[in-house]
Amino acid sequence: MSDKSIERHVIAVLVDNEAGVLARVIGLFSGRGYNIESLTVAEVDAQKSLSRITIVTSGTPQIVEQIKAQLNRLVPVHRVSDLTEEGAHVARELALVKVRGSGEKRVESLRIADIFRAGVVDSTARSFVFEITGSTEKIDAFVRLMEPLGLVDISRTGIVAIARGEKPI
Amino acid sequence: MANGKLTGSEILLKVLTEEGTEVVFGYPGGAVLPIYDALFKQKAVRHVLVRQEGGAVHAAEGYARSTGKVGVVLVTSGPGATNAVTGLTDALMDSIPIVCLTGQVPTHLIGNDAFQEADTTGITRPCTKHNYLVKDVNDLARVLREAFYVARSGRPGPVVIDLPKDVLQGLAAYAPAPKKQEHKSYNPQMRGDTDAVNRAVDLLATAKRPIFYTGGGVINSGPRASKLLTEFVRKTGVPITNTLMGLGAYPASDRQFVGMLGMHGTYEANLAMYNCDVMVCVGARFDDRVTGKIAEFAPKSKKIHIDIDPSSINKNVLVDIPIVGDCATVLAQMMKRWDEKKYKTDAKALAKWWKDIDGWRGRNCLAYEKTGKIIKPQYALERLQALTEGKDVYFTTEVGQHQMWAAQFLKFNKPNRWLTSGGLGTMGYGLPAAIGVQVAHPKSLVVDVAGEASILMNIQELSTAAQYRLPVKIFILNNQYMGMVRQWQELLHGGRYSESYMASLPDFVKLADSFQGVGLIAEKPSEVDDVIREMMKIDRFVIADIRVDQSENCFPMIPSGAAHYEMLLGPADKAAKPISEEGMVLV
Repeated sequence: MSDKSIERHVIAVLVDNEAGVLARVIGLFSGRGYNIESLTVAEVDAQKSLSRITIVTSGTPQIVEQIKAQLNRLVPVHRVSDLTEEGAHVARELALVKVRGSGEKRVESLRIADIFRAGVVDSTARSFVFEITGSTEKIDAFVRLMEPLGLVDISRTGIVAIARGEKPI
Repeated sequence: MANGKLTGSEILLKVLTEEGTEVVFGYPGGAVLPIYDALFKQKAVRHVLVRQEGGAVHAAEGYARSTGKVGVVLVTSGPGATNAVTGLTDALMDSIPIVCLTGQVPTHLIGNDAFQEADTTGITRPCTKHNYLVKDVNDLARVLREAFYVARSGRPGPVVIDLPKDVLQGLAAYAPAPKKQEHKSYNPQMRGDTDAVNRAVDLLATAKRPIFYTGGGVINSGPRASKLLTEFVRKTGVPITNTLMGLGAYPASDRQFVGMLGMHGTYEANLAMYNCDVMVCVGARFDDRVTGKIAEFAPKSKKIHIDIDPSSINKNVLVDIPIVGDCATVLAQMMKRWDEKKYKTDAKALAKWWKDIDGWRGRNCLAYEKTGKIIKPQYALERLQALTEGKDVYFTTEVGQHQMWAAQFLKFNKPNRWLTSGGLGTMGYGLPAAIGVQVAHPKSLVVDVAGEASILMNIQELSTAAQYRLPVKIFILNNQYMGMVRQWQELLHGGRYSESYMASLPDFVKLADSFQGVGLIAEKPSEVDDVIREMMKIDRFVIADIRVDQSENCFPMIPSGAAHYEMLLGPADKAAKPISEEGMVLV
């Protein structure tokens, strides 16, 4: 417990896609008092029935080590990879952002969306739903700009991440 | 049998037999009736009927820890499963291999709040090593085999299999077990990394004040681990201390054994830990009861940590050389390196180290005030030790002062002979655990060292002992208090004995009698020997009600939040060293 510096880590976990596996992972974090900043999960290999969980967590280096060891201890866990520690990686988030308004504000929201390369995926006479992909910071910035322009709803995926280079998890 | 197919219950019993299960501890109910029906029709697997499901898990723990096999539990859905939760948590904390079969409402009723329905896999997820809900009878055999494999391999632990009633009644083809049990994602590492092993042995060879600190992992690894440990420790001449769970891994009567360490460990063990320069931790997990104040835990030492569970490493204490692997395998690797390099410990330094240790030993930290009139609990245990010396004996305990005194005063020269709830500290563990031991070892002497408060927590199991004629001996150190609670209230809460007095205790002699056992009482020190001798002669269960000093405290003691060198050696010490505010919040 000597090192108190808090670090943020992106951890990828390959698990058997079986009932209760997500509950095991989440229960581990809540039961042992670890942080979850974001968590995403989806099946990545239907044939082998594997899912990939991406967790963003923070803690002292000793706690992060513990988190990885505890994750590895779960029976349906195949592999735990600390993307932050293992080198460069790409991390992306997707958000759907609903903005309601008319007149100049509506036009302005479209203009900003264009700058951020956000696409319009739904539109009515009084609203847009934008789809935006990027780093957490980019999405945060986009959301901040939309606030005065009629932001009414937002849905974010949380981070998915993968290591750069040719090596798989 | 229809078209060569078997019912789920029949498959279950076939797999239990394959896995070497001889006995199941359980309690029937609606959801598991098909299994009980199948049990009725066969002879290979014996069933021991407990009186409450919590007792079943502790009995299976006793069976498992005294035999090295997997303990098997069978309980019904809902309350059957929830009653098992404490035992499962206990087995998880102490790494005891258990397979617990729980009944469940039929699959089509799951989630409907049906009668005796509980979300068993949800409830037991954090208190098992792994758990399963079997939804298809065709998966049953595979899941059962996997459960046994997971329970017994790696760091052992409890595994729950939730069995809906329709799965138990469904039909499936049965195929014998594959030759080798493998798992696609779970593969514990047995062999230690060679480089780490070499560095560890090289470090040990240069040590001036080394110590072995070993725990329950050595026992779990099997008798070979204890044998190798004993050989290695003797070869090196290094002192060794055991944790509460590790007692018996090294012969307690040996000179190199410095006693248990930790909160109620010996002065010499704790000071040796504090002053050591190289610590070899084998199968122990730096529990807070062992380390005391982390910042002052063995501050001058380099630490080697051997553990099969990577998550135990660097969890509480940062170590210098971690070795992930099975205790026996790694100890064999270490000894091979030691011999190959023709290492010898530094004889001069070691002699000086032993001189220090013998000095601490000279304080005789377990000494207590002997009086003629009142039975001191320590005296009762000394006599119990003396009169059972050399016998084929197993000891279990409940939790509290008596447990610590038993750990201090009983001498274990072999592994698997000492069963106690270490991690969870479950009052009520000892009697059902003793029942499990006695079922496994019908001819052996099995003694549950108990307190009068703990024993009442699973007292219903006397009925089990009576039914199966299990001659367990319940040795109650009766001080009419929850002794450890009272001790902490005296030391930490100004002597305000809030709710720790045991009022309205039963007459234990009549209680034993009503369950077809025998009750004995000792009120004076001169009666203790007779009661112990008498108790050992009786071929039924016995409650020996030993009326001990009500105000005796368990020393030595490291107050919570204090360091190893800050031990309280006796009543006179306690005023001199007040407990810090930081320590007050610790459990």
